Amino acid sequence: MSSVPSHARIFRDGVWHNNAGLVQLLGLCPLLAVSNTVVNALGLGLATMLVLVTTNTIVSTTRAALRPEIRIPVFVLVIASSVTAVELVMNAFFHDLYRTLGIFIPLIVTNCAIIGRAEAFASRQDPGRSALDGLATGLGFAAVLVVLGAMREALGQGTLFANMGLLLGPTGRHLELTLIPNYPGFLLAVLPPGAFLGLGLLVALKNHLENRRARPVSQAAATPAAGRSPA
Amino acid sequence: MKAELRPAAALTLFALGAAALLAVTWHFTAGRIAEQERQAAQRALFEIVPPESHDNDMLDDTITVRAPEFLGTKKPVTVYRARRDGEPYAVVMPVVAPNGYSGPIHLLVGILAGGRLAGVRVVSHQETPGLGDKIESSKTDWILQFAGLSLDNPPQGEWAVREDGGAFDSFTGATVTPRAVVGAIRNALIYFRDHEKALFATTPQRPDNS
Repeated sequence: MSSVPSHARIFRDGVWHNNAGLVQLLGLCPLLAVSNTVVNALGLGLATMLVLVTTNTIVSTTRAALRPEIRIPVFVLVIASSVTAVELVMNAFFHDLYRTLGIFIPLIVTNCAIIGRAEAFASRQDPGRSALDGLATGLGFAAVLVVLGAMREALGQGTLFANMGLLLGPTGRHLELTLIPNYPGFLLAVLPPGAFLGLGLLVALKNHLENRRARPVSQAAATPAAGRSPA
Repeated sequence: MKAELRPAAALTLFALGAAALLAVTWHFTAGRIAEQERQAAQRALFEIVPPESHDNDMLDDTITVRAPEFLGTKKPVTVYRARRDGEPYAVVMPVVAPNGYSGPIHLLVGILAGGRLAGVRVVSHQETPGLGDKIESSKTDWILQFAGLSLDNPPQGEWAVREDGGAFDSFTGATVTPRAVVGAIRNALIYFRDHEKALFATTPQRPDNS
């Protein structure tokens, strides 16, 4: 517990500097598999965020009892039961979305970003900061999912927010946009390679933005992006 | 307490806590999940046999049959039955097309009393997106063409895709998927023709579906 990061710093790191999807490249399996439409991406992103906030809070609250030898089993237990609880709630309240996402909800368990944050952050910081860290990391992950989902949906199907009713109920149906009527579809964007290419482009874009921002200020002080955790 | 027992005790407490969390969540969601599943099943049935066409509850009027060579699965199949004024109106059968391009294709096949198709829908599949997934009613109208057809129209011998000398179009770049679906529907129709009476039979004095 050498340094206590400020709330703003936690938020910026989670969402941008140390983004789970773009910088740490964690949780790629769901990121690539479910980012084929905006609604799928948003659904899984929100579920992951909920799990991150829950697990970070629980781990942080109980960190006094977390002796080193039982640390990992406890993380696994906490994460697995949180995911199962979220899965039950989604099944009850967003039944159709639950069926669309299928196996990828239980697979949130295997998202290394979650155990990574529990180990690297929540087991060392107070519950408030840990919950915020979970929220920020989840938000960053969800944002990447949604942007990738929008890219793939627009390119692959020529629509945006299709089937939004799965998540938002009847109001969501009005959000549905057909960008290009009678779009023949672009298979590459729909299939997994499209996800890899899209993610690669997003990583490149982020690096480009960072480089451009870093250069004019001072070329001498090449400050690397704040603490990239190895996770 | 012995020092080495302390981690074990802590782990036990964590396990109990996790179990409690799951028990509470389950308690508050189980009823709603059952209701949601029932509604989802009902919506799927109503797509094929509209609610105004019959007056019984199809989800409660079922019969379990087993016919691997016609229905595509070795497992028992639950057939839903629609009746109007007590007379047989239609059945909806879950059918498996085992020979899809990438695994089995699960269908719901609705057949009206007499042997005409009420409609067919794809429940789940792993066919290639953009090619084989055109069998979904949300993607193209292909699956809708079957409503109204029977083993006489087209004749039984023409229940195949055009590539095999049949009457049904397949998709550009995907022949295997439509072939599997057409074959599964044909088999379901044959099974219905040979067992129509038994499928609608109400087992006398069966107390309740337990």
